[in-house]
Amino acid sequence: MIRAENIVKSFDGRRVLDDVSVTFEQGKTNLIIGRSGSGKTVLMKCLVGLMPTDGGEVWYGDTCFSRLDFRQVKAVRQEMGMIFQGGALLDSSTVEENVRLPLDLFTDRSEADKRDRVDFCLERVALTDANRLYPSELSGGMIKRVAIARAIVMNPRFLFCDEPNSGLDPITSGVIDRLIAEITREYDITTVINTHDMNSVLEIGDKVVFLHEGRKWWEGSRHDIMTADNPELGDFVFASPMARRTRQPK
Amino acid sequence: MLKKFFGEIGRYFLLMGKVFSRPEKMRIYRRRVMVEMEAIGLGSIVITAIISVFIGAVVTLQMAINLDEGFIPQSLIGFATRETMILEFSSTVVALILAGKVGSSIASEIGTMRITEQIDALELMGVNSASYLILPKIVAGVFFFPFLCIMSILIGTAGGYMISAVTGVVMPGDFLEGLHLDFNTWSITYTLIKMAVFAFIITSVSSFYGYWARGNSLEVARSSTRAVVASSITVLVFNLILTQWLLI
Ligand SMILES: Nc1ncnc2c1ncn2[C@@H]1O[C@H](COP(=O)(O)OP(=O)(O)O)[C@@H](O)[C@H]1O
Ligand SMILES: [Mg+2]
Repeated sequence: MIRAENIVKSFDGRRVLDDVSVTFEQGKTNLIIGRSGSGKTVLMKCLVGLMPTDGGEVWYGDTCFSRLDFRQVKAVRQEMGMIFQGGALLDSSTVEENVRLPLDLFTDRSEADKRDRVDFCLERVALTDANRLYPSELSGGMIKRVAIARAIVMNPRFLFCDEPNSGLDPITSGVIDRLIAEITREYDITTVINTHDMNSVLEIGDKVVFLHEGRKWWEGSRHDIMTADNPELGDFVFASPMARRTRQPK
Repeated sequence: MLKKFFGEIGRYFLLMGKVFSRPEKMRIYRRRVMVEMEAIGLGSIVITAIISVFIGAVVTLQMAINLDEGFIPQSLIGFATRETMILEFSSTVVALILAGKVGSSIASEIGTMRITEQIDALELMGVNSASYLILPKIVAGVFFFPFLCIMSILIGTAGGYMISAVTGVVMPGDFLEGLHLDFNTWSITYTLIKMAVFAFIITSVSSFYGYWARGNSLEVARSSTRAVVASSITVLVFNLILTQWLLI
C-alpha cells in the first residue's frame, strides 16, 4: 500500500499539486487520470522521490518515504519499478543489457542465473528473439514491453507506469494494459498508472483517482465512473464522440 | 549575473561530489570506462593526427620564412617546431579542438538521456546516475588525452620534417639536429599534466551542462553549445594558471 498525504508542489510559485491525499492499494491497478497538464506526472515523480515535494508525506506501507536518508531511499528504490512515458530505455544498450542492468548492479547472482531471469521477464512480456536489438530498432509497443520487463526484473512490490499506452494503437494499448494488470495480480504488486485513456480506465481501473488542476477531484472505481455526478469528470469521461454516444440521459 | 555565475559553479561542485561518491560495483565501472575510452579516446585519434601534421608543417614553414637570415643556424627551425608542439600546440590547441568534438558529444548524449528520462530511470533503479554516467567519461578522458598529446607531438614534428624534406626550406638533416637540441624532459611532463587537467575540465564541464539540460531537443543543443564554450574558456584560464605555476 502507498499513501500520499497532503502533497503540495509548486514550480516558480505556480501550484501544480494542491493538497493531494490519496491511497493506492496492494494487488490492484490504481489509476490516476486527468487532462494533460493536470499534474499526473508530477504527482508520480513526487511519489517515487524523483521530485522533492514542497509539503506532505509519502508512506510505503509503514515507512515514511519522505523522511528517509539517501541510503534508505536506495533500499526502497530496489522494491520499485517504473515504466516511463517514452520507455526511457538506455539507448546505448541492447534489450538484454537494459533488462539485466539492475541485476548486474545490485545482485551477486551468477551469469547463468541472470540470463535465466532476463529471459523469464522477456518471455513474460511476450518478447522473445529481441535480446540483441537496440531501442532504436524497436516499435513503440516493443519498447513498452522491454520497459515492463526491466521494471519487474527485480521483483518489485511497487510498480509505477506513466502513460504506459501513450503513442500506441488501441489494440496494442489494450494488450499492454492487460499485461500490467495481470502482473499486478500475479505478484500482488501495488501498481499506480497515469493515463488519460478512458479505455484503460474501463478495462483495468480497480481504483480511479481524477486529478483536475492539481487537485483530487473525484475518487472511485471503473464501475461507478460512468455514473458519477461530477461535471469536470463528466467532461473528461465523455470527451470523445464515441463515449458521448453511449451516455445515458439522466 | 554574478550570482548566477557562482550558482553554476556551486552546482558544478555539488554534481562532482555526487560523481565521486563510492561507485556501485567496480566491475561494471571498468567495463563502462573501456566503452568510453573507445568513444572519447580512439574516436579522437584521427582528427588529432590530421590537425597535428598540418600545424607541424605550417609552423616549420613559418619558422623557416621568419628565420631566413644567415646568422641563425637552420637547426633552430626544428628546435622551434618541437618546442611549439610540446609547450602549447599539442596540449592547449588540441584540447580546444577536443573540447569541441568530445565536449559537444558528451553534453548532447547526457542531455538527451536527461530529457528522455533515461537518467530518471537509472535513479529510480537506485543507481547513482551521476557517478554511473559521468565518472567513466572523466576517467577515460584523463587517461587517454595524454596519449593523444604525445601522439600529436610526434606527428606534428614528423609533419615538420616532411615539409622540410619536400620543399627544402630547411635541410632535413638540420631539422633533425634541431629536434635533439637542448631537450628538456620537464617540458613533456608539464604538457602531460596540463593535458590531464584539460581532459578533466572538458569531460566534467560538458557532463555538467548535459546533466542539467531541461526541456526539449532545442535545449539539449543549447546546453551542448554552452558546454563547448564553457569548457574552452576554462581550458584557457587553466592553461594560464598551470603555465604560471609549473614553468615559473
Ligand atoms: N520540471 C518542471 N518545471 C516547471 N514546470 C513543470 C515541470 N514539470 C511539470 N511542470 C508543470 O506542471 C504541470 C503538470 O505537468 P504534468 O504533471 O507533466 O502533467 P500531466 O498530467 O500531463 O502528466 C504542467 O503545467 C507543467 O507545465
Ligand atoms: Mg504526463
